[in-house]
Amino acid sequence: MKLNKNNYRYDFPIIANWVNYNSKVLDLGCGDGELLNYLKKERNITGYGIEKDPDNWLKSLKKGINVLQVDIEAGLPEFEDNAFDVVILSKTIQSMHNTEEILGEMLRVGKQVIVTFPNFGYWRDRIQSIQGVMPKSKELPYSWFNTPNVHLCTIKDFDGLCKSNKYKIIDRLVLTDNKSVSFFPNLFGALALYNLVNR
Amino acid sequence: MTLKKNIGIVKPEIFKSLNPLRLQSGKILKEYILMYETYGTLNKKKNNAVLVCHALSGNHHLAGRYSSKDKYPGWWDNLIGPNKPLDTNKFFVIGINNLGGSDGSSGPKSINTKTKKPWGADFPIATVEDWVNSHEALITSLNISKLAGVIGGSLGGMQAIQWAIKFPERIKNAVVIAAAPNLTAQNIAFNEVARQSIITDPDFNKGNYYEKNTKPTRGLRIARMLGHITYLSNDVMGSKFGRKLQHKNYQYNFNTEFEIESYLNYQGDKFAKQFDANTYIRMTKALDYYDPANGSKRNLSKVFKNIKSKFLVISFTSDWRFSPGRSKEIVKALLDNNIDVKYAEITAASGHDAFLMEEPRYHAILQSYFNKML
Repeated sequence: MKLNKNNYRYDFPIIANWVNYNSKVLDLGCGDGELLNYLKKERNITGYGIEKDPDNWLKSLKKGINVLQVDIEAGLPEFEDNAFDVVILSKTIQSMHNTEEILGEMLRVGKQVIVTFPNFGYWRDRIQSIQGVMPKSKELPYSWFNTPNVHLCTIKDFDGLCKSNKYKIIDRLVLTDNKSVSFFPNLFGALALYNLVNR
Repeated sequence: MTLKKNIGIVKPEIFKSLNPLRLQSGKILKEYILMYETYGTLNKKKNNAVLVCHALSGNHHLAGRYSSKDKYPGWWDNLIGPNKPLDTNKFFVIGINNLGGSDGSSGPKSINTKTKKPWGADFPIATVEDWVNSHEALITSLNISKLAGVIGGSLGGMQAIQWAIKFPERIKNAVVIAAAPNLTAQNIAFNEVARQSIITDPDFNKGNYYEKNTKPTRGLRIARMLGHITYLSNDVMGSKFGRKLQHKNYQYNFNTEFEIESYLNYQGDKFAKQFDANTYIRMTKALDYYDPANGSKRNLSKVFKNIKSKFLVISFTSDWRFSPGRSKEIVKALLDNNIDVKYAEITAASGHDAFLMEEPRYHAILQSYFNKML
């Protein structure tokens, strides 16, 4: 299952905005390497991407990304504590199994963590649910039978997880079609972006 | 897509060093010969040279044939040639027969100028470190100050690692395939069984068998059979041979009953005819001794501290002699030093031997990596 991130590049500038110049970055589920490539150009970052899909892995390699094929579900034993300035999990958390452990691992190896995910509380998703079908949208393009997503969540859900684990949210942005949403974000926001640090 | 071509007729060359080489064991080789082959053309900037290091049973003959009558091409012919992943239209590729080998480089079979007889048991054991030091002398003689890359699988991968450690200024890329930062006890154990089968063969004569005109063929056969089992996976043996019989029914005797037995015997015979037993035991020793971190994983990061080259590390899922976990130890030590590294784990059924096969994803990765090198 491949995520075509090309359709969603509008979140790249926001992520870049949260990344300091010359940072050392780890991108979990780096796909075809576009985000790391973008951050290299915009923020002069160095770092590594992790990708398990062979086709995406090769695309990353062709872009010169330091791409590693390791299973992040097993944690990040290859990395030391605070080895990175920023660890990014972009549109990947919903397909992870050990979500809570992985977030903990990210905050162990990174001083700062950026997580983005499709908000399952978005009104269009809710309407489809009420209509009795699994939601499909630009952010959730899969059918129920072929989706890689196993842990979809809403903004409210994710806030709860951060609270119970004492992760400090330093920034949160909610977007719909490239526009920031501040009015009932859990209802009107399609994509959520979080900037976290370990308390 | 350009068509892959074969490299055609090739011929080996000789490098003779009159500078003494101090070996890791403390012994000194006053002079030595290295047989080598090159393919492609060294460009004006001399920045397109790739050294390919061989493993246990390899040599300098990487690709092409010596004559049109040659049955088989060099051992990595599927990788090296015009428009192949290691493209000889772009790269100047070098293969060297390591010291202690038996294909023309100084080794137990070659003549000791002092005694005018074959070295035999007296040829000192050369290690991975010694080989890399001798490679460096040859590379310097070719006026190459910096290699675009050093690539190797298994024991060859260890040499690529050693190049990056020992000569950080002289290598831009290390491609380390199906390798490990050192051998496990289990691996050393397999090597010792192989050595014992050779050494205890009555025809071995303590390594001085050339003058007696004997060959420890039985021992070498068994050593190869054992090695062969460990280079394959249980799955690939199962699918290739299973419990298939040579005859319709059991024969209730000690001739070969199962196809796997016949296959192993054939492989053993073929190998024992063409390979030198003294070389075999020396190559396994080089494997056993290599341990740049001297036992501790933590140290490997320290040992990698001065590395300046980029790395591509590749492992194969079914390889249990040099498992993906061992490759990840190398990756971890590189990450600890912020070294550029790419790591791929190839799904392949054929075990350790996979590194010599033409698996599409594997070769696509190598092709892309080499393309980005220049």
